[in-house]
Order: sequence, then C-alpha cells, then structure tokens
Amino acid sequence: MKIILSVIAISLLVTGCATAAMQTDTGKMLVARLEEDFSSKGPATMERMLNQDEVQKLCSAYPLEMSDEQMETLQASQLKTVKYPADGNYLGEWKEGEKIAQNGRGMQSSDQVKGTNGGNCYACHQLAKEEISFGNIGPSLYRYGKLKGDGEAVVKYTWAKIYNSQAFTTCSNMPRFGHSEILTEKQIKDVMALLFDKNSPVNQ
Amino acid sequence: MKLIASIFTALITMTPLQGVAGSSSTDEIAKYRQLLADGNPAELWEMRGEELWKKKLGPQSVSLEQCDLGKGSGVVKGAYVELPRYFKDVNKVMDLEQRLIHCRITLQKLTPEQAVAVPFGSTSNPSDIEALVAYITAASRGMKIAVSTTHPKEQAAYELGKRFFFYRAGAHDFACATCHSKDKQRIRLQELPNLLNRTDAQNTYSTWPAYRVSQGEVRSMQHRLSDCMRQQRFPEPRYASDTITALIMFMAKNAEGGIYDAPALKR
Repeated sequence: MKIILSVIAISLLVTGCATAAMQTDTGKMLVARLEEDFSSKGPATMERMLNQDEVQKLCSAYPLEMSDEQMETLQASQLKTVKYPADGNYLGEWKEGEKIAQNGRGMQSSDQVKGTNGGNCYACHQLAKEEISFGNIGPSLYRYGKLKGDGEAVVKYTWAKIYNSQAFTTCSNMPRFGHSEILTEKQIKDVMALLFDKNSPVNQ
Repeated sequence: MKLIASIFTALITMTPLQGVAGSSSTDEIAKYRQLLADGNPAELWEMRGEELWKKKLGPQSVSLEQCDLGKGSGVVKGAYVELPRYFKDVNKVMDLEQRLIHCRITLQKLTPEQAVAVPFGSTSNPSDIEALVAYITAASRGMKIAVSTTHPKEQAAYELGKRFFFYRAGAHDFACATCHSKDKQRIRLQELPNLLNRTDAQNTYSTWPAYRVSQGEVRSMQHRLSDCMRQQRFPEPRYASDTITALIMFMAKNAEGGIYDAPALKR
C-alpha cells in the first residue's frame, strides 16, 4: 500500500514538473518564433515586443496565478514609477485634452516614429456626453470631476492612474501612458483638465 | 461579370456605412447585406480564384489542381474547415495561405518571392492569393469547422497560439486577450468578439475571409490578424508566418463545430 502511494506521489510530482516545464518551453518557443516572424516597423519595435517587463510577464499568464501579496508588491513597485508634475500644476487645457482623447494614433507600425501620440480614451471610456462613439472596456468617466470633486487626493490619484494604471489594478487593460512614454507630461495635464475642469464637456 | 461589378460598385457608393445614433455598425452591415439581396462582391474573387486554381502557370506550365490542401491531391471541398493541419510532406502545421504558397513553389515551381508576391491586393494591384483563398474557403461553406489537434505538432501549434493570445507586450501592454477575452466589449462602437467564448469564436472564425466594404477587397485571415498586430502596437509579422498560423489554430479550435459561412461581408 505504502509503495503504491509513494509511486502515485512520485508520478504526480513528475507530472507536475512536466507540465511546468512544458509551459516554460512553450514560452521560450514563443519568444524564439516571434524573433523569427516579426520585424520592427516605425515606432513598433522588436525590442518592446520581446523584452517584456515584470508587469507584462506576470500578466501574460493564463489563468493569472498571483497571490494577493504578489499583487500588492507589483502595484507598489509600479506606483514608484509615477512622476508627478514638477511645477505642481496638474491641469492643462481641456480642449487639448479632448483632442488627445479622440486621437487613436501613435506607436503603431503604421505611425511615424516620434510622432504625436493620442490617448484614444474614447476607445474604452465614455467621456463627453456629445460623443456617442465610445467603448466600454473601461468605466464611464462622464461627469468624473463633478462626481469626484477636485481634492488633492483624487487629483493625485487620477494623475497616477493615467501615468501607470498598474499601480492600482493588477494587470489592468489600460496602457501606462506616462510610464511607457505614450503621452508627455503636458498631454497628461490636458487629459486631466478634460476630466476635472468645470467647463469641460465631461462635467456638463 | 463586369455588369455585376458595376452594380456592386453603385450600391457601395449609394450606401455610406456611417454609424447612426442608436444603431450599431453591425446593424448597418445587416441592412447593407439586405440591400445587396444576399449578394456579396466576394463572389467576384471566388470566380477569379477558381480560374487561377485551374490556370497553368510557372516555367513548367502547371495548374494548382494537384495541390494537396490536406484532404488529398486536388480536393478543395471541405479542405478549409480542417485547416490549419499537420502536413507530413513538410513535417509541419500549415494554414491555408502557407499551404497555397507551398503548392505554388513545389507544383508550379514559382520562386519563394513570386509565390508570396502581393499577399494583400488593391484595386490597381489585385492579389492572386486573396482570390485563391476566396475560392477555396467558399468550397467549405455550410460545413462544420473541425480542426484536429491530435498530432503532437498540431497540439504544439495550438498551445503556442494560446500562449501568444495572452502575451502582453509593446508600448501599450496589449495582448489579443486585452480586447477579445470578455463578452460584449466594444472599442468605440465596434463590437469585439470574445474569442474564448465558443459562440463568439464560431461567429467570428466562420465569417473570415470577408469582403471588406471599407477597403473594397476580400481580406484573408492572415490580413485580418496582421492588422490586429498593428493595432496591438506589435511589430509587423512576416506574411504567412508560423506565429500567425499558431494563432489561427487556437482560434479555429475555439470555433470548433461552427458552421462555416464565408467569404462573408464586413464593414
């Protein structure tokens, strides 16, 4: 009996190892294949595809197998990347912010290198009520400023959320606009104004 | 033939596909399809593809009629719903477009460069491959999607495709899964299929290739996925690469049992 049990235990162990090894192998095979099958074009580079950072690596697992502790550690390390505006001004021009929210260009293989990137906020969020063509991958941000106020805490949180969404939601679908250098500091200020300015169509 | 083409052109010009408040783009396509009375410009590609399949080409003047798409030499009917699949003669898994290129090289003796020339066409420079794809896929209409993962290389392609589906990278941290792993999601007004949901996967996979109204061309699965890569902020995939075939394998398996109904008509 004992022998049978230990045989079962050993075979389970072996199977477990085999599965884990297979997963790693598939991962390595994938990177090797990508290296062979893709090539840099415009701002979409091989480097950014092949060299996943910690977030990208962990968030590529399916299903996600992170403990609460791991998630907290990851969020904390991402929060550290956030750079707040040096001059202490968080809000720019909402009209510019609306243009950035509408613009879906940037960082695609078909876009210009070092061109002006959009934020493409409407792809996933509702913002101004007049714009009916909005996506639903992210929550509605209509009346964001009106509902949340403009206290220091919420303003700083919103800045950090746009700058690096992974600081608050592990494996969020939202790009890390500041951290990944998609939007400039000035552009983030303008998007912030779109969310918080009393005259912004978002708050009407 | 020319008459049909001009009727289609007229209809397209008459019917701008602009989103209207309260009506999704999917509804608009349905209306457009009705207007065409169940016709589809893709039929022109299918006809041209059939001619090309039978046309003698290359230095030895050979047609593609002896090409083995997986169901035996020259069998077109039902071939597409079982692709991608393992091919013993090359000891690898191929999708339709890879296999077509293989036949153009081995049967017709075209050079590799000639065999992949103009994978994606335009009005001034039509693609033979897109026409052939339209013809071959149309011969699977009404049949069940039934790809095999029994061969270890088929299983490996499926696993690789799955791994790639969830692979997050690039400037925007996107994976295929970012937009295609939840029900009822949209980008702007565009509905996104959840490719992990069998019904969505079936509806999607069974309707590619498609005549794209916005492009005026029949677009293959390779084209569709190349454009996904672009929007995902990934670099450019080589045409008919193994990575894309693996992804197609993953999608096809998820769509198993769906009734194939393409070339279709899309925005």
